[in-house]
Amino acid sequence: MKHLPSERHTLSILVDNEAGVLARIVGLFSARGYNIESLTVADVSDDHAVSRITVVTNGPPPVIDQIMAQLDRLVPVHKVVDLTDWGPHVEREMALVKVAGTGDKRVEALRLADIFRARPVDTSTASFVFEVSGSSEKVNQFITLMREVGLVEVARTGVVAIARGAEAV
Amino acid sequence: MGTEMTGADIVVQALTDLGVEVVFGYPGGAVLPIYDALFKQSRIRHILVRHEQAAVHAAEGYARASGKVGVVLVTSGPGATNAVTGITDALMDSIPLVVLTGQVPTHLIGTDAFQECDTVGITRHCSKHNYLVKETAKLGPVLHEAFYIARSGRPGPVVIDIPKDVQIMRAGYAKPGVISHKTYKPQVKGDLTAIEAAVEMLAAAERPILYTGGGVINSGPVASQLLRELAKACGAPVTSTLMGLGSLPDDHPQFLGMLGMHGSYEANMAMNKCDLMVCLGARFDDRVTGRLDAFSPNSRKIHVDIDRSSFNKTVRVDLAIQGDVGSVMEDMLKVWRARGHRAADQKPWWEQIKGWRARNSFGFEQKGEALLPQKAIQRLYEMTRAKKPIISTEVGQHQMWAAQHFGFHEPNKWLTSGGLGTMGYGLPAAIGAQLAFPGALVIDIAGEASIQMNIQELGTATQYRLPVKIFIINNEYMGMVRQWQELNHGGRYSESYSDSLPDFVKLAEAYGWKGITIDGPDDLDAGIQAMIDHPGPVVVDCRVAKLANCFPMIPSGAAHTDMILSAADERGEADDDAKALV
Repeated sequence: MKHLPSERHTLSILVDNEAGVLARIVGLFSARGYNIESLTVADVSDDHAVSRITVVTNGPPPVIDQIMAQLDRLVPVHKVVDLTDWGPHVEREMALVKVAGTGDKRVEALRLADIFRARPVDTSTASFVFEVSGSSEKVNQFITLMREVGLVEVARTGVVAIARGAEAV
Repeated sequence: MGTEMTGADIVVQALTDLGVEVVFGYPGGAVLPIYDALFKQSRIRHILVRHEQAAVHAAEGYARASGKVGVVLVTSGPGATNAVTGITDALMDSIPLVVLTGQVPTHLIGTDAFQECDTVGITRHCSKHNYLVKETAKLGPVLHEAFYIARSGRPGPVVIDIPKDVQIMRAGYAKPGVISHKTYKPQVKGDLTAIEAAVEMLAAAERPILYTGGGVINSGPVASQLLRELAKACGAPVTSTLMGLGSLPDDHPQFLGMLGMHGSYEANMAMNKCDLMVCLGARFDDRVTGRLDAFSPNSRKIHVDIDRSSFNKTVRVDLAIQGDVGSVMEDMLKVWRARGHRAADQKPWWEQIKGWRARNSFGFEQKGEALLPQKAIQRLYEMTRAKKPIISTEVGQHQMWAAQHFGFHEPNKWLTSGGLGTMGYGLPAAIGAQLAFPGALVIDIAGEASIQMNIQELGTATQYRLPVKIFIINNEYMGMVRQWQELNHGGRYSESYSDSLPDFVKLAEAYGWKGITIDGPDDLDAGIQAMIDHPGPVVVDCRVAKLANCFPMIPSGAAHTDMILSAADERGEADDDAKALV
């Protein structure tokens, strides 16, 4: 089963917003040898009772099925949705990108940022911090370009995702 | 909000309300308030073990024999870490337990306090669920919820970590009504459309087989009854995993015996050659399937399981039905009868099975003077059968021989560590079963190595006057390790000899038990009879042939059709791929 080609899947997991729940999810992935490409988590409910975890994972379809089933049987898990299977959905990621340099490089960094609709959120005479958001691909591309104009460091949120249309998962 | 009381009193009151009669435990600093509360009451009986691991195994034995939830109470730190093996064992074998662990007071958590450990962290992945209760007011609801989670769905161990200050503080407690959980909702009823499809497949099959597991036992005695009815209706042969033994009587004409690594030739061949496999509450464990790519290549497979994650984990199935196996079998029978089905002609199939059965794969041949372990277990079975004994085992050759040569006729009579394979399980499990059934004949079939892993529990049985019997198949080797070394590692018996064994008779006597030695075939019946006749606990040191191997056997990484039936088929050294398998 594990010899089938790997697929990238984005999972939304709604869980009790309680201590230890994230450790349970992450531990399940490591204990059973599943991959985590990215993971984000935040409280998303009015009463702070529910957190939404977005996991990007990869594996052959039977392994993805197993991941879903294993997550689903954890007691504090309300719901697991495979957005990749679900259908059209939006995936976004945000990055803060620090670039240092002077002269032409500094001008070029600003110009590229403009093309990517990246916003400077901090500036000094020798550096910028850009905020860029979009698909992971776009963020990757922006970071690659920034290497040529003085990239210093990057902080990324990891993917958050939501289904398109009027319905909630 | 109910009556105001201390956390410790809430624990005892909630346990009482939940119908708990027995708690297995060991006191320590962080659970003293609960022990104080236990001291002041008389409804719950506390059984003091000699090591926390044994408390958990005893609770498992109690749960497995009685169908109730087993309850454990241990202290923080080493109390909790000692319990981890038992908790993991219960998770692997789906045994319902609630394990209460003391914890350092909340203000000391995280400071590396004396006897502190991260119990919820350590048990997170070896329990079905766990809790750290930080407010006394939540204790009652958590306890009731924990029991619900432990016994419903796929049963398992639930750990509740209770800081000492939470045990001391006061809060209201009221017995809750029906428990429901906002996220945890086990599916009991199977999907009817799928069940109808399963019935049609079963009715059309020419070479069907029912492959049953521990789920049938967990579902309750009614499930075993339903299995008998289903088997009768469809006429298919039935095989069982180690954990499922007893759900169909051993001498039932359709029963092929246990399957898997040390299962019968007919069971494994029938699994390989069937055209329809109906898996009822089993999980395609590697000990059952052998080499996966050669596992039952030409069959369609139906899998009934209460745990969705069991489906397609290792073996792809054609039809998965999620639900309690008892409930699903009941619905299958209803559909079968409503549609007036008769089983398809299986005569050629049964002829084939008859041929495999004729190989008599569990047979053994007496050579030389020494008592054969298989013979010892066979006689133990024959001489105790009328008493409907409860049998527990340790882990190793003796366990497999017991599974092969001891016949089980009812569910809940066979207590063994299947998934985790925990040496040291059998004696405490027997103690737990004896507490559930004080009048029953309870025998731990043990090995001389395994029994030493929880030998201290002799004292527990003595203290509570439990007439547990231990039947040690003593071959002076960790027999299964030695067997693998013989088969896979050129006979290099690295550290598998049981040196410096105690005198088991004297050891028994030191604990107030009776000790009996069986030194050869001539002593066998008299020794077994003396064991049965003695009203108190007995250790039987049954000295058997030292180098006997457990056959038949599917070597690691081999297919069902590649069984070794006897020593004549043995190989001396395995290749590296086979050596890497467990």
